[in-house]
Amino acid sequence: MPSWERIKEDFPIFHNLGSGYTYLDSAATSQKPLFVINAISDFYLYHNSNVHRGIYRLSEEATEMYDRSRENVSRFIGSRDPGQIVFVRNATEGLNLLSYTLGREMAQGDEILITIMEHHSNIVPWQFLQDRGIKLVYADIRPDGTLDMDDLQSKMSPRTRIVSVTHVSNVLGTVNPVREIGKMAHDNGSTFIVDGAQSVPHMPVDVEAMGCDFMAFSGHKMLGPTGIGVLYGRKELLERMHPFMGGGEMISEVYRDYSTWAEVPEKFEAGTPDIAGAIGLSAAVDYLRSMGMDNVMKHGRDLIRLTLEMEEEENIPGLVSYGPRDTEIRGPVYSFSIGDISPFSVNQTLSEDGIGVGASIHPHDVASSLDASGIAVRSGHHCAMPLTHRLNTVATTRASYYIYNTEEDVRKLFRSLKRTAEVYSR
Amino acid sequence: MTDVEEKTEILMDHYRSPHNYGKMEGPTAQLLEYNPVCGDAVQMFVKLKGNIVEDVKFIGRGCSISQGSASMVTDLAKGKSVEEIMKIAPQFLLDLIGLPLGPSREKCALLPLNTLQKCLSKLDRENVNR
Repeated sequence: MPSWERIKEDFPIFHNLGSGYTYLDSAATSQKPLFVINAISDFYLYHNSNVHRGIYRLSEEATEMYDRSRENVSRFIGSRDPGQIVFVRNATEGLNLLSYTLGREMAQGDEILITIMEHHSNIVPWQFLQDRGIKLVYADIRPDGTLDMDDLQSKMSPRTRIVSVTHVSNVLGTVNPVREIGKMAHDNGSTFIVDGAQSVPHMPVDVEAMGCDFMAFSGHKMLGPTGIGVLYGRKELLERMHPFMGGGEMISEVYRDYSTWAEVPEKFEAGTPDIAGAIGLSAAVDYLRSMGMDNVMKHGRDLIRLTLEMEEEENIPGLVSYGPRDTEIRGPVYSFSIGDISPFSVNQTLSEDGIGVGASIHPHDVASSLDASGIAVRSGHHCAMPLTHRLNTVATTRASYYIYNTEEDVRKLFRSLKRTAEVYSR
Repeated sequence: MTDVEEKTEILMDHYRSPHNYGKMEGPTAQLLEYNPVCGDAVQMFVKLKGNIVEDVKFIGRGCSISQGSASMVTDLAKGKSVEEIMKIAPQFLLDLIGLPLGPSREKCALLPLNTLQKCLSKLDRENVNR
């Protein structure tokens, strides 16, 4: 078991920011260990050249490092063939790739089934298909913040071509039963896509066991650099699909009026890829593997369990948090509001008792106040506006944890929240 | 007390006990503006005498910065001419608030001034009260 108290030492930024700084926004992006930073600079210092082209030693070295990174990432998520790993910029780009390529094969009246707890990256790319008469259907959540599986089942139709679901909600922390959803989707003859942006960094993920056709995730949320992400896809599906972007690397031959495509995964990697990014991601994978993903998951659960205990203990007036309280199905994400922060829309009118309705504290105020005590949390809709509105709020404050967070960080959060509530109470 | 603490205290006073808060009977003009992303909303009411803002009131909801700023804006506007108010630069208000706000919170701070100026410019265009 890793020594959680000491892990911060592996991350230079904590040394540079000072020991008083508490970073609770890892669901947005994680910090980077020196091990990853070194792997990236090592590439630029000793191996930099382009891949797949040069007949010289240095280029072969870079190609080898890039390919090894792909193999490493493939193993990490239980994919049996590195050819199923497409390097993209991030989960968002992976999902856009799918919307573009799978969307080409879809017809008017076809349906895409997603859930109300999706991040905008698993909503907006599908909305692009609506102007071709393709319908976007949402499965609802239950009051406890879990996915309403009956609703999901009832919304599957013969026209449902795609079921695309987040593995872990970035607002609720809900861990969705993806294996079960995958079975339902496949029984219905639908393609099953998983948004793994919040799961791959925090828990063991095995794409073969999960039975998904595609999974997208981002490197920067799992200790890797920004600018590199992964789209996993079953090889036979990737082979059948049309390319996404055109350019160098993704072709086999180019003539004046037509081209032929490279084999997968290169078919989907137009232009010079983020070589250093892939190498950095591979280093992040090595680092996480050395901790053990079971341990990483357990640490996240321990922190969220303590969070829910502290919440009950401190009993801050008006504080409401969202998401399942069963830590077995909960990622290390804690979203909450203090008082009523309901949405405001065009047809509404204001009343005179408007300011700070009841004992409410706006999430922006909560975040600013915590920032003043050296705690970084996020406030807003967290790129999940439909979910935020579904929770009948316009914004929430979110604390999210990762391996470098400690129980003391959680206690500090609640100490500062308590102080904030006192300052704002009138 | 540091300067930031002092400025925070001033803003919080405006937020907790806003000046010129409430609806106005028979305003010359009124306008409601809101930010759909964070739910901040401000409604400004003005009463003009000739070209002078004789009275201004507001109601609203939202964060301490948007509501505190609204209170400060009404103080600022009272007794000034329409032209003077239209000339108030965003930076002037930000300096008056005097807190290091990031770009997203500057939007909160500027919502009330934008609302008031928009309210008055609408009036101008329609050539009411001239």
